[in-house]
Amino acid sequence: MSLLSIRNLSVTFATGRGPFRAVDKVDLDVATGELVAIVGESGSGKSVAMLAVMGLLPWTATVTADRLSFDGKDLLALSPRERRKIIGRDLAMIFQEPMSSLNPCFTVGFQLREAMAAHLDLDKAARQARAIELLELVGIPEPERRLKAFPHQLSGGMSQRVMIAMALACRPKLIIADEPTTALDVTIQAQILDLLLRLQKDSGVGLVLITHDMGVVAETAQRVCVHYAGQQVEMQPTRGLFRDPHHPYTSALLAALPERASGRILPSIPGVVPGLADRPAGCLFSPRCRFATQTCRTIPPPRAGAELGYALCHTPLVEGHPRGLKKLEVPA
Amino acid sequence: MFRFFIRRVALTLPTFVALMFVTFVAVRLVPGDPIEARTGERGIAPERLAMLRHELGLDRPVWQQFLDYANGIVHGDFGVSIVTKTPVLHEFAILFPATLELTLCGLIFAIVLGIPAGVIAAVKRGSFFDHSVMTVALTGYSMPIFWWGLLLIMFMSEYLGLTPVSGRMDLINYYFEPVTGFMLIDSLLSGQEGAFGSAVAHLILPSIVLGTIPLAVIARMTRSSMLEVLGEDYVRTARAKGLSPLRVVGLHALRNALIPVVTVIGLQTGTLLAGAVLTETIFAWPGVGKWLIESIARRDYPALQGGIMLISGIVILVNLIVDLTYVAINPRIRHG
Repeated sequence: MSLLSIRNLSVTFATGRGPFRAVDKVDLDVATGELVAIVGESGSGKSVAMLAVMGLLPWTATVTADRLSFDGKDLLALSPRERRKIIGRDLAMIFQEPMSSLNPCFTVGFQLREAMAAHLDLDKAARQARAIELLELVGIPEPERRLKAFPHQLSGGMSQRVMIAMALACRPKLIIADEPTTALDVTIQAQILDLLLRLQKDSGVGLVLITHDMGVVAETAQRVCVHYAGQQVEMQPTRGLFRDPHHPYTSALLAALPERASGRILPSIPGVVPGLADRPAGCLFSPRCRFATQTCRTIPPPRAGAELGYALCHTPLVEGHPRGLKKLEVPA
Repeated sequence: MFRFFIRRVALTLPTFVALMFVTFVAVRLVPGDPIEARTGERGIAPERLAMLRHELGLDRPVWQQFLDYANGIVHGDFGVSIVTKTPVLHEFAILFPATLELTLCGLIFAIVLGIPAGVIAAVKRGSFFDHSVMTVALTGYSMPIFWWGLLLIMFMSEYLGLTPVSGRMDLINYYFEPVTGFMLIDSLLSGQEGAFGSAVAHLILPSIVLGTIPLAVIARMTRSSMLEVLGEDYVRTARAKGLSPLRVVGLHALRNALIPVVTVIGLQTGTLLAGAVLTETIFAWPGVGKWLIESIARRDYPALQGGIMLISGIVILVNLIVDLTYVAINPRIRHG
């Protein structure tokens, strides 16, 4: 049985201009020790979906799901108090902005020990020992001294190491990493990612990696979910996704990778993600899709089966060609 | 830290010089002088007027009077009251504990109610509680102090008979020599049963009246500061640890939200000391404020100049303390 199981997760925000559906019927399964990547552009709802799992969305958000279970417990049925026993202990999250994710008023040691104090039955000395051990684990030199430091005395990379240590503090079963390297210098990005992957392998913890870096996905993940405008448009094992993407969006994303580009000009996807006001009636990707037909523009697409990567498409691609589409219908 | 302190103290010097000048000029801009104020409608012979003016040095050029006055202050001499013939510093020292006691109680009232009200309003933003608190705060802020004081006296003292109307102590039943000048402490030291209760009862209404405006300011400031902080990433991190809402709000968010609130409290302390002038007059509270008001009526130049200088000095000192507190709660300044 999978550790995290999500069926038909939707998140709607109440905004001044009416309800906005940021996450639309998303499914996800993560097994113990598995690394699943979620990719998509900014605003595709990947972070919001995971914040919903953590229960960290603001009060304006409404979360609905047919199933949202973690470690055999139905998260939606738990009382807030019971849910807080899981969050931070078995289920931890690492955020995008390490510098602003640490509280400027408290020392690193204080913030590191407090999750342990909340969840683990450790005395003060044991918590301190574990805090030192954790900082060593994430490769921070002079851990005793760093524990007394305030966040503003740390660099971005160092802060993210502290955030990773914090996530690991209570030996979680699943870690959600929300673009953990995006805010960091390029030189540091690789270090932090390597650290995260090493720790994941060593401890056998499940990892959901939210990213928009396809290169990272190719190297690390076992499975990939592709999100577009709040919808999950494709889900495949990594190798299959890179070899034979079934959704036109995935295909376009892969074609835009610099290492795959053949000509002098890097391919790009024309247009932008639809916003609240300009959502198309049919497939949300249809305005930007090379293969869009009249059907695509008017009727929301069905979900394909596992053999086609659960692609949300009227005409899923096979080997780069729309399936079941007559040649005549392909727009010039 | 030490350099910060020195620099901060040095910055207060120009303020003092300007203050000395402004008080001196402002006091003399009021028509009439101490002699005329005392003679009143009866009038006075011109020779006698000239003689008395000469005695007080009022016939000398204004710039010379200013230099004398400035020279005195630099040497710690605030002059002698024209009316009571006692040193201004001495009078001030006797009256100030009463004002300080009232100010502190007003401030405590404002902080103890204002910060929790602001926090709850922010956490439950848009709720009935939020709207009520903010409406009440705005009303409190807009209400003239004297009118609010009279309303409270009418309701609490006259109608309900719960609190005394004026003064600091029930002098018919209790009498003791002041030791510290703080009625709450002196009444306890006196050992007279019921004296402390009487001191507290006398403090309630003036504290509420004096504390109302700061209460409104603190509540609104806490709310807006808290709203901002609650949206910060580190608050989300704290929640992601599975901490209780009380700990997330009361520790992680409040500690950061308090930084601007402390500044406001410091500024309000100045307003409070100034506001005490009105409150003391309404409640016949024998403090510095009432003394200053009376000194204006008597054109008692030394008392006014000295009193205002001393009060201002204390306000400047309080702001200095606030700045240092700021450093204590915000590590970014400490290590900056």
